[in-house]
Parts: sequence; structure tokens; C-alpha cells
Amino acid sequence: MADINQENRTAYWKANLRLMMILLSVWFVISYLCGIVFVQELNTIRLGGYKLGFWFAQQGSMYGFVAIIFIYARRMAVLDRKFGLHE
Amino acid sequence: MGLQTLTFLVVGFTFAIYIGIAFWARASTTSEFYIAGGGIHPIANGMATAADWMSAASFISMAGLIAFFGYGGSVFLMGWTGGYVLLAMLLAPYLRKYGKFTVPEFIGDRYYSKAARIVAVICLIVASVTYVIGQMKGIGVAFSRFLEVSYEMGLVVGMGIVFIYAVVGGMKGITYTQIAQYCVLIFAYTIPAVFISLNLTGNPIPQLGLGSMLTGTETYMLDRLDQVVTELGFAEYTTSARLNTLNTFVYTLSLMIGTAGLPHVIIRFFTVSKVSDARLSAGWALIFITILYTTAPAVAAMARLNLHETIHPSGGQNLVYDERPNWFRNWEKTGLLTFEDKNGDGRINYVADKTVNEMVKVDNDIMVLANPEIAHLPNWVIALVAAGGLAAALSTAAGLLLAIASAISHDLLKGVFRPDINEKQELLASRVAMAGAIGLAGYLGYNPPDFAAGTVALAFGLAASSIFPALMMGIFSKRMNREGAIAGMIAGISVTLLYVFQHKGIMFVASTSYMGDMPPNWFFGIEPNAFGAVGAVVNFVIAYVVSMMTKAPPEHIQHLVEDIRVPAGAAIAHSH
Repeated sequence: MADINQENRTAYWKANLRLMMILLSVWFVISYLCGIVFVQELNTIRLGGYKLGFWFAQQGSMYGFVAIIFIYARRMAVLDRKFGLHE
Repeated sequence: MGLQTLTFLVVGFTFAIYIGIAFWARASTTSEFYIAGGGIHPIANGMATAADWMSAASFISMAGLIAFFGYGGSVFLMGWTGGYVLLAMLLAPYLRKYGKFTVPEFIGDRYYSKAARIVAVICLIVASVTYVIGQMKGIGVAFSRFLEVSYEMGLVVGMGIVFIYAVVGGMKGITYTQIAQYCVLIFAYTIPAVFISLNLTGNPIPQLGLGSMLTGTETYMLDRLDQVVTELGFAEYTTSARLNTLNTFVYTLSLMIGTAGLPHVIIRFFTVSKVSDARLSAGWALIFITILYTTAPAVAAMARLNLHETIHPSGGQNLVYDERPNWFRNWEKTGLLTFEDKNGDGRINYVADKTVNEMVKVDNDIMVLANPEIAHLPNWVIALVAAGGLAAALSTAAGLLLAIASAISHDLLKGVFRPDINEKQELLASRVAMAGAIGLAGYLGYNPPDFAAGTVALAFGLAASSIFPALMMGIFSKRMNREGAIAGMIAGISVTLLYVFQHKGIMFVASTSYMGDMPPNWFFGIEPNAFGAVGAVVNFVIAYVVSMMTKAPPEHIQHLVEDIRVPAGAAIAHSH
């Protein structure tokens, strides 16, 4: 019984890490890549009055961060229940 | 009604609310004093966290920095919001699960070491004390500018207000006042922005107005701004980078890691009742923060455009100095705005070229503070901005003071020196520590030490290079042991501090003038303020190497790590 419990916890932790890696990649792309490293290239594209790279740096990245946290909270709530480890 | 009277009324009204809350939310247990009893709703905590987080610097200085740096100011926008992603995934839920009162307490328990706890307390106190000095200065300045009382008087009144609700109510009182303060500050920030956006672009939502066309033209606002500033010889607004790309990258990373590692922010997540609430609450906090942070770039760009077009109307001649508007005269009195008629023509020539530029000083802070006046908004809006600036400074100061007080009474006194004291005695000690911390902060605000100018950067550097890595490794590595963590923290802080001290004199809110002279001896061109991320990397590497050479942590610690990784199961300790 203890071993099953242990395996379950390990699987839960792995699923958590996987989700985290995906979301942290998005976090990295929208801020560091779109807002900093490739900002000049993206600035050649327009989003209304915004240059796209500038938009990512001063608007878009922040909207993305909010979305990432809520997606994480929601998916983790599902994982908590799936593995029977919720509060 | 005059502006002065109106400002007194608005500020007085908000202060009455804060004091009212203090009497309603008294703390009667240590749990209430340290973590507000632990049952705060995630949305309420999100709002309190947003006020806790957004300081005088966010409210007053940030838009000004963006206005003058243009794209280069993005570092602060991304850096001070992206840290919440790290907090929500890497720290907050696990630390909440652990269910204790302070950040050093977790470090002490996880690394089975009082020495680790003391190192963490020192990092916390240095980071928080340096940070609080800036808030105290903000309070003093806001009072002296808007209410025309002396700086010292302003400081004393501000301290008095914090004293009432923080000493009596602890975290419980602070939480509810922070919620009220968030409402005041967000209202004060967005109302002027909405009016200005409406004036310039016809769009009431500043975030959309920034990407819209100017009213009655076919020209986008940002294109017009780019054109105006480049004609005067300044760098193009939407593309002007600060220093090099590597520096921008590392600076942003340092601010993000620093944000996630600041104890006064982390402890806010101890006040919710569940692990899942801690995750959600981080999301709510970031929504409330993002409302201000996405408005700031609009305020910045629009204020910059208004400023240039007031001084140099398009197609016309430079403004005659004797015909300058009222706000110009008011801000000249404070010394934040200085004009020098270099060519003697009686007109204001505001250009990038320093030899002929006659606006010799335009302080960053004016952009938010004078914005309503520049845009001819009614007096009550100006009064509201004063109340908002004070709310931002007071709420952050209170959060920092609580982090300091709990580190002293809970970690040092109860944890190390006098473990035998009972709860009543500890509660009394925490109130005394809080009163002492307020006194110290007031004293330092009155006599700012030489290092005060670079303090906010220092706080972020310390949090990023010491506290964040120690917490993260404590959760994500079962193998990380006492020796590794202590060595890592000390190495991280030392590297960061040495680098900052080596280049001391370079300030955080630097005037734009220093942009030109980049010291050639910076490590890969990374400025001292941006060095926290490098310190964090040093911390991780040293900790890993040392832990591999020393013996693994005891078995009960490995169980502890497994336990905090899952939400299920009773919190280990919740003293009531």
C-alpha cells in the first residue's frame, strides 16, 4: 500500500514538472524571446498602432503571464483530484 | 474649493478608512498577527498582494522611467510581473503547504540548521530595510508636495498611520488595509489615464488608446511620438534600447527572480487556507497588478507626447518661458523641473543635445504626479493622485515592516534565543518588534544613509541571489543539504554585493544622463542593478557542488520535501 502511494506521488510530481516545463517555455518565449531577443524582427510587423515586438514587451507578455498562472492553477486542480492528492 | 483643501479632504478620508479598519481587525493570536489567521479568500489576498507589491516606485516612478527610456523601460514591466509566474509555480503552493509563519522558518527547518535560519533572517532584514527606506521617502515627498507640510511632518504622520494598524492588527490589519489601499491606488492611477487617453485618442481604455490614432488625424499615437522625439534628437521611443540586449535580458531575469524571492510578497501566500488557493491567489494578484502595469506604458507615452507638445507645439514656435503653464511653475518650486535660458531668447528649447537643451532637469517622477495637471484635469483628480501615491507607499511599507517584525520575534526570539516563551509573550514581542521596525524605518527615512539611493536594486539583488535559490532547491531537490544551501546563499550574496559595491554611485532611478557613459569594466556589460541573476546562478552552482561533496540530508527531511510537494495531508504545524 505504501509503495502504491509512493508511486502515485512520484507520478503526480512528474506530471506537475511536465506541466511546469511547458508553461515556463511559454513564459520564456513571450517575454525573453518576443520582448527582448527578437524584438527588432517582430517590430517589422504591426498590431494596429503597435509595433509587435514593442507590444509584447509593454503589453502582451503581461497578459500572457496572467493566462499562464490561471492555466497552471486550473490544470493542477485537475491533477490534484486525478491522483487523489487534493486537500 | 481649492486644490489644497480638496487634497486634505481626500487624503484625510482615506486615512480615516485605514484607521477604522485597524480598530475592526485587531489581532489576538500569533497566527492572526503573522498570517491573518490563515483564512483569507484568494481574491482578497490577491488584491492585498497587489498593494503590498506595488510601491511608491511602481506608482510614481515607473511610468516616468518608461516615458524617458521608451522601449528600454520594458525591463521593469516584464521584470516586475513575470516573477509571479515563478512564484505561482515554484514557491507559493509548497510554502503554503508547509504551513508555517515566516520564510526563514522554512529555510531553518528544511536545512535542519539554525545557522541557515539566521543567514536567511539577515538577508530578509537587509533586503526589507533597504526597501522600506524608499517607501518612507515616498511618503515624505508626497506629503510635502501635495499638502505643503514639511517632509518630516509627512514622515511622522505616515509612520503614525502605519503604527496604528500594523501594531494593533498585525498581518490581519495590514491585509484589510491593503485591500482598501489597492482600491484607492488603482482608482487614482487609472482615472487620469482614462481621461488622457480619451483626450488624445478618443479611446477610453488606455491600453487600447496607446495603439490607436490621435483624434482627428490618420496618425497612430506611437508613430507621432516617435516622430516628435526623433525630430528633437532623442532616440526613437518604440525602439530605444537601454544598454545592450544581454543586459536587458539579465536585468529582466534579475527582477523576476528577485520579485519571487522577496519575503514580504511570499508571506502573503501564507494567509490563504489551501494550497490550491495559493496558486489561484497568485493569478489574482497578477491580474490586479497588470491593470496598473499595462496602464503605465500608456501613461508614459501620452505624458511624454503632451510634455513635448506643450513646450513645442507642432508647427509652432517654442513656448515663451513667461507664458509657461501653472503646473510648470509649481514643479519648478520643488526643484524637480529646472529651466535655464541658455540662448537668452526667452523661449524654452527642449532637445536631446545637452549643450543647447534648456530643460536641464525633468525628473522622472513628474510624469505621473504632474500628468493630470499637464492634461488640464480637474482638481479632484490631482487630489486623488496624492492619495494613491500615499496608499502605494503605505501598503508596501506595512508589508515590509511585518516581514521584518516577524523575522525578529518569530525567527530570532522564539526560534533561536528564547524558544520557551509562550504565545502571549510572543505576540507582545511581535508588537514591540513592529513598533521598533517602524521607528527604525522612520529614522532611516529622515536620515537616509548614503546607500539609500541604490536600495531597491540592492533588495532585489539580495532576494534573487540568496532567498529564491535556497527556497527553490529546498522544494525541488531532495538531495540539497544544509552545507550546500548555506554555502550557496553566502556565495550568492557575496558576489552580488561585491559587484554592486564595486560600482557604487550608480543609482537605481538614475537620471537619463548616465546612459551614455557605460563603464567599460562591467562584467559582459551587465549593470550592477542587473546582477542578481548572476548571483543566483553562482548560488545554484556552489550549492550543487558543495551538496554533492557532503552527506545527504537526513531521512525525515527527505520525507518533509515529499510531503510539501503534494497538497493532500494536514499542514505540519499550525499553532493555535
